[in-house]
Amino acid sequence: MITEKTIADLIYREAEFLDTMQWQAWLDLFHPEGRYWMPLEWQQQDPVLQPSLMYEDLLLLKVRVERLAGERTFSQKPKSRCHHLLQAPRIVTCDPAAGVFKARTSYIYTETRGDMLERYSGWASHEFVEVGDALKIKLKRVDLVNFDAPFGNIQLFM
Amino acid sequence: MAKYGRNAHAVAALVRDAEVHRDVYVDPEVFELEMEHLFPNSWVYVGHASQLAKPGDFITANIGRQPVLASRHSDGSIHVFYNRCPHKGVKIASEPCGNTGKFFRCPYHAWSFKTDGSLLAIPLKKGYEGTGFGDTQANGGLSKVRNVVIYRDFIFARLSDNGVSFEDYFGESLSTIDNMVDRSPEGKLAVVATPIRYMHTCNWKMLVENQTDTCHPMVAHESSAGTAVKVWKREQGCSTETPMAVQLYGPFMSPYEFYEQSGIRIWPNGHGHTGVANSIHSNYSDIPGYLDQMVAAHGETRVHEILGEVRHNTVYFPNIMVKGAVQILRNFIPIAVDRTLVESWVYRLVGAPDKLYERALMYNRFINAPTSIVGHDDLEMYERAQEGLKSNGNQWVNLRRLYESNEEQNVTAVINGTSERQMRNQFHAWAKFMTMDMDKHIEAAE
Repeated sequence: MITEKTIADLIYREAEFLDTMQWQAWLDLFHPEGRYWMPLEWQQQDPVLQPSLMYEDLLLLKVRVERLAGERTFSQKPKSRCHHLLQAPRIVTCDPAAGVFKARTSYIYTETRGDMLERYSGWASHEFVEVGDALKIKLKRVDLVNFDAPFGNIQLFM
Repeated sequence: MAKYGRNAHAVAALVRDAEVHRDVYVDPEVFELEMEHLFPNSWVYVGHASQLAKPGDFITANIGRQPVLASRHSDGSIHVFYNRCPHKGVKIASEPCGNTGKFFRCPYHAWSFKTDGSLLAIPLKKGYEGTGFGDTQANGGLSKVRNVVIYRDFIFARLSDNGVSFEDYFGESLSTIDNMVDRSPEGKLAVVATPIRYMHTCNWKMLVENQTDTCHPMVAHESSAGTAVKVWKREQGCSTETPMAVQLYGPFMSPYEFYEQSGIRIWPNGHGHTGVANSIHSNYSDIPGYLDQMVAAHGETRVHEILGEVRHNTVYFPNIMVKGAVQILRNFIPIAVDRTLVESWVYRLVGAPDKLYERALMYNRFINAPTSIVGHDDLEMYERAQEGLKSNGNQWVNLRRLYESNEEQNVTAVINGTSERQMRNQFHAWAKFMTMDMDKHIEAAE
């Protein structure tokens, strides 16, 4: 039985996979039709006909993960690392009967590489679907508080 | 230590026939001189008229480092001003765009100006009576940028009063803008969203040069485009249709021979483009309905001319790049000698199917975003160059690929697509627009 705790635990586990660079385990959390979305506009509605920083399916996420380990991926020499500091997720919907599971999590994200350290603040909105008796990520949406600012390289996943 | 100020000979000597001195990328004094001479002497992109659809609409931009403001006046005309109040210098508009209504009002002392820049009102105006205010520049309102040309809705400005005319400056290079606009069934482009912004810790010219550097994609982008091709081959299963995403990434891995035969065209004053015969944009899938719309609008023959021209990157000297086939303009905005803000704009082809706009937006985030893996590859190279150029072991950057000893400057030519001639062309123009008014400044100072 999916409960609110199931959702929160999954969000914590996702952050842990990212922080410990278990990329394949992270990808495995996604539903085959899942998407990772970083909008470029305030309260953006459309990921396709409005500009986004990222709107990627599993194929493109696999490309990113595989690239991180590539022998000729020079922007990963040295490698980046990341840290997620999450507030307790707010469960927006937990409706097993309808199969709708949504949460919103406020967090601070840090990405480092060599001597550089960049810090970002924002909210993750997760939508899950139930597959078997587990939840899979249907959509992870990352809204940065300063989505419109000019960032340098963001190479890992928020 | 000032080496280059008021010294046109020293500046010109930074550019040899097929080499440039590293100071053009790393010396803060050279950067200051670019702000003082190169950008004011050049025609610089300010924005697009569709961003100023209604009277009172405004946009802000920088030319070099100088803030400017463009507005749509009540009679429909477009004006460009220096973005400062004539009173104390406060920026009149601080947002990227907006609508000011019937007039601009300075937030500091409420001086107000019509949208053609003329002075409308000053509180307690009688305090200026008998002070000689009428003879000051302030009485004229917002200082106007006098040399403004709007070409097919693209707004360009030259800050210097004297210099090369718009027509002579761009010449035949405007054909890339023509082609992009002609790709709309209604002959019209529209900016409908904000650009993707990406901060680069490198000199702005490294980005401009990279636009026509066709010997780097298969090397530097092996990590991104190469991986995309590899993962797709493995994962495609029995798919018969290549997804739009893979169509966009794949051609970056084209071999040297592809780029060699696709060619480069150079024009006078530092403009030029890759992809003359064909380009990495040539083999995208047709978008249903688009061709029919175009034929209805332009006729069969003309449509084949328009869509048959699939240029890759067109550099408009000094600091923009236009991609007609995917309706993108990248603006390489200099912030400091080692800092460049890149704003990548997508234009919507008015009247064309949504799918074309979707593809342009996808290309923009794949290639031009701070989250772009192709962008990561490139920025890593620029940053390493910015560091490496501090080395004294060799003070010159080599641009000699396919150089011919009798190579003509300031001409139109079509050449092998792996030539570095467009980079040489840019630096020839760089020396010209840097030094063209330096002697006059010296005379004025003496």
